[in-house]
Amino acid sequence: MSGSADRLPRLLALVPYLMSHPGAQVGEVAEVFGLSEKQLIDDLQLVWMCGLPGHTPGDLIDVSWDGGEIVIDNADTIARPLRLGIDEASALLVALRMLAATPELAEVQGDALPRVVAKLERAAGEGAAAVSSQVAVDVDAAPDALPRVRQALTARRRLSLRYYVPGRDEVTPREVDPMRIVVVDGRSYLECWCYRAEAMRLFRLDRMLGVEVLDVPADPPAEAEPIDVAQGVFRPSPTDELVELEVTAAGRWVAEYYPCEQVTELGEGRLRVTLRARDEDWVLRLALRLGDTGRVVAPPAMAGRVREEAERALGLYAHQA
Amino acid sequence: MSRRKTERLLNLVICLLATRRPLSAEQIRQAVPGYDRDGDEAFQRMFERDKNELREIGIPIDVVRDPWEDEPGYRIERQSYELPEITLEPDEAAVLGVAAQVWQRASLAEAASGALLKLRAGGVATDETAGGGVAGGGALEVRVDTRDPAFPALWEAVRDRRPVRFDYRGAGSENVHTRTVEPWGVVSRRGRWYLAGFDRGRGAPRAFRLSRITGQVAAAGRPGSVEVPKGVDLRAMVDFPDEPARERTALVRVRQGACEGLRQLARTVRPGADGWDEAELTFSDPERLAGWMASLGSDVEVAGPPDAREAVIRRLKGALA
Repeated sequence: MSGSADRLPRLLALVPYLMSHPGAQVGEVAEVFGLSEKQLIDDLQLVWMCGLPGHTPGDLIDVSWDGGEIVIDNADTIARPLRLGIDEASALLVALRMLAATPELAEVQGDALPRVVAKLERAAGEGAAAVSSQVAVDVDAAPDALPRVRQALTARRRLSLRYYVPGRDEVTPREVDPMRIVVVDGRSYLECWCYRAEAMRLFRLDRMLGVEVLDVPADPPAEAEPIDVAQGVFRPSPTDELVELEVTAAGRWVAEYYPCEQVTELGEGRLRVTLRARDEDWVLRLALRLGDTGRVVAPPAMAGRVREEAERALGLYAHQA
Repeated sequence: MSRRKTERLLNLVICLLATRRPLSAEQIRQAVPGYDRDGDEAFQRMFERDKNELREIGIPIDVVRDPWEDEPGYRIERQSYELPEITLEPDEAAVLGVAAQVWQRASLAEAASGALLKLRAGGVATDETAGGGVAGGGALEVRVDTRDPAFPALWEAVRDRRPVRFDYRGAGSENVHTRTVEPWGVVSRRGRWYLAGFDRGRGAPRAFRLSRITGQVAAAGRPGSVEVPKGVDLRAMVDFPDEPARERTALVRVRQGACEGLRQLARTVRPGADGWDEAELTFSDPERLAGWMASLGSDVEVAGPPDAREAVIRRLKGALA
């Protein structure tokens, strides 16, 4: 809310904020509104020029910030904030409805959710309630692993996992120190320190084939920092090798499924996609799965490996089953 | 927006809120600084623009037409302007704090934080500690990504009940077709967003994956002209079952020591001869099975049924080409 087009809505929230927080500090208010102290004082100077028709000193809003403490007076007309707009209320209501369906939250916080939804709907008016029933985020059913993962989080214990990685068709045993649960796009992940990777990892709860709470306290190392999931859950490392594929219309799912560095339309629904691959085996599996709906363009050695492996596999089918 | 204009608009809001009786344009011109210096026509244009800008940020301006007066009167009804009194219990504030952080992309994230700011300005205690303590011993973060470029336009279309037109590529299709749709809602399912609505071209309800919309979403009718049928189940409209009902069994030869994941998911695995084991897998769509089996390369051979075996051979030949 720092652009000049947003200034009026901001002022209409700033005045009520100052009325409901008498004696608030300049620094603290600037932070709440996402402004620099200089910008905030500029806002206060503008407010100070406004007021009731007549605009005699007695009509104007009185505001001072001596010693960094903001005191406002004579602003009763706009002492309450503007009611929530449809987008504002809907953004919260859709999110709350999704949270109510999220097993990670519903079980612990169940009855607070309908109470907040009811209060917000009252504060917002009809439009928002309608929109928020037309936008929905579906949430996966509670994964089997959830109770034990939560137990480990609550008791701060280490977990032993058997984790399935479909891209490599591997099940790997892992010991992890759980940090928190992250639900992204309706799917649950455990954010944890993984002793096998010696790094922070996100593991999907529905891909945990076995979960055991160990009799060992969780003790993640100091470098265990939360993962910034706002950047996406799947984040290939910039050092991973770049692979270029060409896919037909039937292979376009690749561009929807994996984060791509570059996607170029080639006509007739065909695409050229560039993505970063964790390892060569992953690329090999992807290329074999695609069959004639995609092929590796670069690196050329990779394309050769795909052909060799396809040939070897076809050798198994040379005889009658 | 210039400082002068912000000042004028703020004074206009205060003036229209403070007045008990509706004010004519001329009275407003006298009362609000910034209008007085301009000619009649310039004033009319300016006043029209100002009213529109206030309405755009959600300020309700009443136009009162008194049969005894030539000119309409204007005022802002305090009750429809002000955020109603609202108080939150600590547990309610905590879930609202989680809800406000759900949206990752600008449009809804800004709407959610704008709503929270208004609530705080109204003296509501909010909790923005990122879900600390909400999950009962362990923090929780819930995120939803609306990465599809078509999302903001469709959100607005749903909100404004307005038909839309866009180019769409069906699953695996080489061609793009223009669709005109009466939007009923948008739904996120398993990390993908869908539009559900009435497809005018097909004369039937349809669901569209947002990632398959190409280019711009354009308005194709007036706001308010879409009627959402009562009781329509949006989730059911986008619920494409993963597996059709009929389940079959495939017999697969698996190289010893390989394909851990397959073994975990197999119904049975029994040791066979010459370094190969035999596994039984449940499947319904031979193409899906073939994709998985082909990806495992020369570590598996699908012995039967014949259609599944043929599908794998086709994939492998395709990867060879």
